[in-house]
Amino acid sequence: MPETLVETRGLVVDYAARRSLWGPANDATRVLRGVDLHIDTGEIVGIVGESGSGKSTLGRALLGLVPATEGEVLYAGHPLDAQPEGALSLRRQMQMIFQDPMSSLNPRHTIRTILTRPMLLHRVATSQAAADATVAAVLDRVGLPLAVLARYPHELSGGQRQRVGIARAVMLRPRFVLADEIVSGQDVSTQARVLVLLRELCAEIGMSLAFISHDLSVIRALCNRVYVLNGGVVVEEGPCETVFAAPQHAYTRALIDAIPLPVVGTGWLAA
Amino acid sequence: MVDTSLAQTPHRSWQPALRAALGDPKVLVGGGFIAFLIVLALGADLLAPHDPLAQDLMLGSLPPVGMAGAEPGYWLGTDDLGRDVLSRFIHGTRTALTVAFIAATIAAVVGTFVGLLAGYFGGWVDAVVSRLIEIWMAFPAVLLSILIVAILGSGVHSVIFAIAIIDWTRFARVVRAETMAQRQTDYVTAGQVLGFSRLGILAGEILPNVLWVVLGLFTLELGLAVVIEAILSFVGLSVSSDTPTWGGMIAQGRGIIYQAWWVFALPLAGLLATVLAFNQLGAGLRRSLDPVMQR
Amino acid sequence: MSPLLSIDNLSAVSRRDGKPILRNVSLHVDSGTIHGLVGESGAGKSTISKIILGIVSGGVVVTSGSVMLGANDLVRMPEREKRVLIGSQMALIPQDPLTALNPGRRIGDQLTDSLRMWKGMGHKAAWARGLELLDHVAIRDPQRVMGLFPHHLSGGMRQRVLIAAAFAIEPKLLIADEPTTALDATVQKQVLQLLKRLQAEHGTAVVFVTHDLGVVAQICDAVTLLFQGKVMEQGTAETIFNTPSHAYTRALLAASPRYDDPAAGLNPIDDAVIAACRAEVAQFDGAQHA
Repeated sequence: MPETLVETRGLVVDYAARRSLWGPANDATRVLRGVDLHIDTGEIVGIVGESGSGKSTLGRALLGLVPATEGEVLYAGHPLDAQPEGALSLRRQMQMIFQDPMSSLNPRHTIRTILTRPMLLHRVATSQAAADATVAAVLDRVGLPLAVLARYPHELSGGQRQRVGIARAVMLRPRFVLADEIVSGQDVSTQARVLVLLRELCAEIGMSLAFISHDLSVIRALCNRVYVLNGGVVVEEGPCETVFAAPQHAYTRALIDAIPLPVVGTGWLAA
Repeated sequence: MVDTSLAQTPHRSWQPALRAALGDPKVLVGGGFIAFLIVLALGADLLAPHDPLAQDLMLGSLPPVGMAGAEPGYWLGTDDLGRDVLSRFIHGTRTALTVAFIAATIAAVVGTFVGLLAGYFGGWVDAVVSRLIEIWMAFPAVLLSILIVAILGSGVHSVIFAIAIIDWTRFARVVRAETMAQRQTDYVTAGQVLGFSRLGILAGEILPNVLWVVLGLFTLELGLAVVIEAILSFVGLSVSSDTPTWGGMIAQGRGIIYQAWWVFALPLAGLLATVLAFNQLGAGLRRSLDPVMQR
Repeated sequence: MSPLLSIDNLSAVSRRDGKPILRNVSLHVDSGTIHGLVGESGAGKSTISKIILGIVSGGVVVTSGSVMLGANDLVRMPEREKRVLIGSQMALIPQDPLTALNPGRRIGDQLTDSLRMWKGMGHKAAWARGLELLDHVAIRDPQRVMGLFPHHLSGGMRQRVLIAAAFAIEPKLLIADEPTTALDATVQKQVLQLLKRLQAEHGTAVVFVTHDLGVVAQICDAVTLLFQGKVMEQGTAETIFNTPSHAYTRALLAASPRYDDPAAGLNPIDDAVIAACRAEVAQFDGAQHA
């Protein structure tokens, strides 16, 4: 029986009302309306939805980056803010890969600084030399030359930046990683390489992955299980084989129907 | 896996950037001029050909060398009291640079600190700081500085204090906005996810980006401080009248502009050149050293 | 019948370093057909569409070849005549519906610009035609939408407005530059259906720039696949998708994720295939120099 690693119970998230000293106050917006979700150890779970579905907010809530208005987020059975091993240990165990690698890497740090600072913070490495050694090994694993260490983010290609982002997330050997739309807008060839790399890394480190995407085809390629999000609620959940073979909810069917397959003569456009 | 124990992990060398900075024409021209002024200020006693205070009414209103009636040794002429213009200008550099560097530094440090706090913590901290800045900026700067010096009494300390107390808002306003923008970036979120404390993110992620904006403002402020000092000297509120200052020379020269325009012209030219040099130096440093400007 | 758009042996280089951007590209688009221009980033597909539209940046220099619209060569025409020809016979559906509309002008004014400019319509006539056009792209309550500003509309609605604007002058040639990339999947399908319907009704020729092979398979009649500015494979959609002859085409198809096949999307393009493509390009460059 697999053990549940990350879990939400009745998660509701409102974006706070904006208060202004003199101007009119905006009402709070409800983004998530009671989400129950669980991600088991070693599992790759897809979260799919269109713009405004709340999928990015859900991802951020899983990491404790946005507070729950109602309900709770549990990690290893305990609420995020009441971890037995403390907050810093939790931060080591939960990591994130961002959609836009350019904006997620500090433009005024070298890749070396970007990668070694977290290791020193978490004492994964106790000296700069040890941190360097680990970073070198991780770079090699994600397929980047050591030379990138002396570069600034804007001196790398988009694909290389993406790999630095992945290296930063897995370097601390986390147990859970959130990937938010990380292959959208990428070329097909780059996309496939990133998906394969993620899959291998999950197996090697034994980490769980929550993979947020608007693209069901990518989810199908990567994930074991999928949550379909619409209007801040989960409309359908299940193993990918089941959901894709026999979608139960009309919205899931509409999402699948909306994907054009690279096959001619399907009459897709007419349907 | 490579044998990482042997791996030489490459470091970013500072040498290419430094070389680029030293080869940048803006840095060379701007920095060269400022360095020249610093030498003048430090060595004023040795470099000035005459005692800047020595009066000789027999040698009053002498024109610069090269014009009819010039006296050798008084290269840029004398004022109506027969004091050597060049010597007074050289000694005036001292006050100008002292005030500029100290006042701009205080304004920059205070403004950056306040701006960072307001921008990063937001909420009531930001509300208080923002209102304070708005009220501050509603006062006319020059009149406010005159008021401050009038209350504190004239002297270099008062001038420095007046400039810093007025101009910290320039830094605070810009740093606050920049910090707020930084706080929204993915790399700040990444810092949070990685477990850095608020202070760690402020110092490790936000500050390295904000500092480049501060550098630009700082060089602007250096030039501005020189001008404000000159204005205060001009209205007679800076240092005591027996210390030569550019502003004092301009004020004096204005009265005798038809008899001895050179008394007026030299400090004015020096003022313009200094402001321009500081701005060029700032732009050049940023252009050659800021990693983001290298793309 | 000769094709509406004939690009023959089009080559272009970068002004800065003289590096080739397009290498002897030829393609032909008949009236009433949709031609897919496919390739990964840097393949030159946007450059081609910009050359056709006469909006290529100063950094790109066309070194040889011709772009014929009917009997006119766009590469060699005087600038003034070219602008009139392009403005009156071509239209663009841009990638980003957010920035393609001026945020400060009403939908109605922007929609009727081309009618007043190229069809010589008065304000009243153009406005009436604008209402029809919005109705035609299935926008409800056109009367109200004409008076709105772009930020009042969703991304899908804006793309509908842009499609209506593109068809306003009944262009002979339409350039669609990744027109659905910024849209949600369900909205993308509706927009593609709309585009196909209007294209068929008007018999328009379309150059459809995209990197999405799924979209190409569903909407295009013919396909040109580019790699670093060189045509790798060209043919009807049936040929390209059913019996691809180039290894690069096959690799791209295998690398595209599919919801009906979990193994698809996990086959990165083999380095050997990329190397072979690069060699093909290098060989071409060598032959040009010799």
